[in-house]
Amino acid sequence: MRAFFRSGDPFIWLAGSALAGCLLMIAGLVTVVVVNGLGFFWPSALMRIQVLDGTVVYGEVIERQQVPDKDGAHRLQLKIGNRDVYGLDFRWIDESDIETRSYPADAAVFERLEWGNANGTLEAVSAGADTLARGATAWAVLDSVRQITDDLASRIHDLERNHMGAVNAEIEAVRMARRRLQLQGSTVEHESIVQLDADQQQLWARYDSLSVELTSLREHSERFVAWLRLPGGDLRPIPVAHIVRVYRPNDMDVVAKGAVYLSKVWEFLSGEPRESNTEGGIFPALFGTVMMVILMTLFVVPFGVLAALYLREYARQGALTRTIRIAVNNLAGVPSIVFGMFGLGFFVYGVGGTIDVLFYPESLPTPTYGTGGILWASLTLALLTLPVVIVATEEALASVPGGLREGSIALGSTKLQTILRVVLPSALPGILTGVILATARGAGEVAPLMITGVVKLAPDLPVDGIFPFLHLERKFMHLGFHIYDVGFQSPNVEAARPMVFTTTLLLLFVVLALNLTAIVVRNRLRKRYAIKTI
Amino acid sequence: MSKAHEALESTTVEIDDPVVTVQDLSLFYGPTQALFDVSLRVPEKQVTAFIGPSGCGKSTLLRCLNRLNDLIEDVTITGRIELQGEDIYHPAYDAIELRRRVGMVFQKSNPFPKSIYENVAYGLRIAGINDRGALDAAVERGLRSAALWDEVKDRLQNTALDLSGGQQQRLCIARALAVEPSVILMDEPCSALDPIATARVEETIAELKESYTIVIVTHNMQQASRVSDYTAFFYLGRLVELDHTKRVFTNPRLQQTEDYVTGRFG
Repeated sequence: MRAFFRSGDPFIWLAGSALAGCLLMIAGLVTVVVVNGLGFFWPSALMRIQVLDGTVVYGEVIERQQVPDKDGAHRLQLKIGNRDVYGLDFRWIDESDIETRSYPADAAVFERLEWGNANGTLEAVSAGADTLARGATAWAVLDSVRQITDDLASRIHDLERNHMGAVNAEIEAVRMARRRLQLQGSTVEHESIVQLDADQQQLWARYDSLSVELTSLREHSERFVAWLRLPGGDLRPIPVAHIVRVYRPNDMDVVAKGAVYLSKVWEFLSGEPRESNTEGGIFPALFGTVMMVILMTLFVVPFGVLAALYLREYARQGALTRTIRIAVNNLAGVPSIVFGMFGLGFFVYGVGGTIDVLFYPESLPTPTYGTGGILWASLTLALLTLPVVIVATEEALASVPGGLREGSIALGSTKLQTILRVVLPSALPGILTGVILATARGAGEVAPLMITGVVKLAPDLPVDGIFPFLHLERKFMHLGFHIYDVGFQSPNVEAARPMVFTTTLLLLFVVLALNLTAIVVRNRLRKRYAIKTI
Repeated sequence: MSKAHEALESTTVEIDDPVVTVQDLSLFYGPTQALFDVSLRVPEKQVTAFIGPSGCGKSTLLRCLNRLNDLIEDVTITGRIELQGEDIYHPAYDAIELRRRVGMVFQKSNPFPKSIYENVAYGLRIAGINDRGALDAAVERGLRSAALWDEVKDRLQNTALDLSGGQQQRLCIARALAVEPSVILMDEPCSALDPIATARVEETIAELKESYTIVIVTHNMQQASRVSDYTAFFYLGRLVELDHTKRVFTNPRLQQTEDYVTGRFG
């Protein structure tokens, strides 16, 4: 027994199982997220259930569960859709209450812009008072009608976002210019103001004509209606323009299902959220997260590296630098919400409020920079990740061999030249390791963002085609906050649950992608500036 | 005349026309004194070897000659060092300029993590020379003088870190030569090299003394006797004896020197 302990094996086992435990937990977490996240978009079969009480529903089976306190009895959770009719889109049905089950080939899922899915069969397609098609031919007609409405929808979108958005921005600019002049003491009769008023009139006229065009497009598009036969037998109209996607899962092979799957994934990645974030895409959140992390990196890296350079290369090493070092390390342990509150107080109200008073007095009391925005959120996160960058940079600088510095100095270079040409390049891989850690930390942080600029819904991206193209004062969406919002603040928790997993999965991918990028960059630099002692 | 008597008169040979003159130099690391009233002269275009047991101050003195000790905090220096008649510790004297005139090769080869070309061109680049032609010429000249040109001329853009230990050390010599200094300081340049690489570096030193003044610190007595013209023996921070190498190794003035060079202590 003693020999066994002296061999050191128990310790190896202990260390090994600690590692195995860590890996298992991480693998378990990732598996749960991946399985739940990836499965969501697969079109599952639509089951027709006739219940003993006479009702009939079409539903996708979400879960099969044992009924509590009843041995052997099971019940099904079904996504029955048609929230506008039933009031709920999920329903539990005990298996003992089911009279018949079947998978009718013509059962279809209509994904809608509003009210969630509608499950039923297609009865007819009409335009205004005319019926275009009925029965079996209705599917082909629906497809061609949807092309028309899709076309109209993209024109409507273009009109709203680009043309009317631009006019709106101009109207706002003119209004602000007028306010500014008034604040400077100009009277209503002043010729600049008269000119601005004329501009305003012109812009409003343009806006009105665009509105008229928009209304006519909308009316044209709303004329097309698909008639849906509900499982209970009722007939319900759905405006074709409201149909996002329609498919008959029971009549599809794997390839067709795969195509629907991919189109759903694409919508998820590139679309905007619908139905209070529980459906549609999350592109604004994806964009906001990536942009915020990039901005944060741009802020934190120069700042942190410079601070570490001073601390390691210029400051006299002693009690004071040691204290500062300890303080910086401790800063990494401050709860992130505290950074958020500091960001709110200092950046948003302090800096932002001052900017508003100095540069945007005409729009007050509506704040421009004096409210949460992507700039302030990025700066707050930069502050949060600063200790990571400082510590990593300091260690990287310390590991540059003294001989290199002496060699450079002995050739007649100044200290600055030595740092810029020899020390920093040699320390770069280590510094980038710090940047990677900071990026990962920043991408996963939510709490400080909630009070410095992240909102539930912000379809206007911080980058768009309206001058000045980069709108750092805008609020933005974030994947981490999106998970919290969809998971806990959603009015329709059942419908939102899969969205939580898919969004989590996406956030994991984003962090992975950002890290991989940084790691690739680091490895390339490491090859270039390889130092044998590292 | 006994050796002891002669020591009282002089322990250093007279050197006319020196490049470097050290006068009553004392150096303190904080409260600890490392050099005691060292006075010596370094002859032009000759190899002068500093020998002595570890901690005798020979490297410290070497690092005074290009003011590399300035990098260390808490160093106090008294006395005077002149390079070609100018006091290098005078407040108005530019240490950067000094280091361009006094090159240095270190014990551990320290090529920068850059290409071979950029390593040799480094001294010129920091001096603000970026003209391609001038750099090319200086790099080739430096590498040829350090007897490295033929080995690396086809891979100048490769990283210097892939060179062997001996090549790296000769690269460091080339790097020091590229800025055309008048004096080259070598701090045990061969202590980390194998015998064959050491022989190559020693050959290089022999060729270099045609045009440069060289001061070399070494632990290796054979090396000192092979490469140097003059040898200075240090002990416990004091210069004990400075003379023609032949004399130091065959007929030193002091018993202490003889004991050291014959290997009885140290």
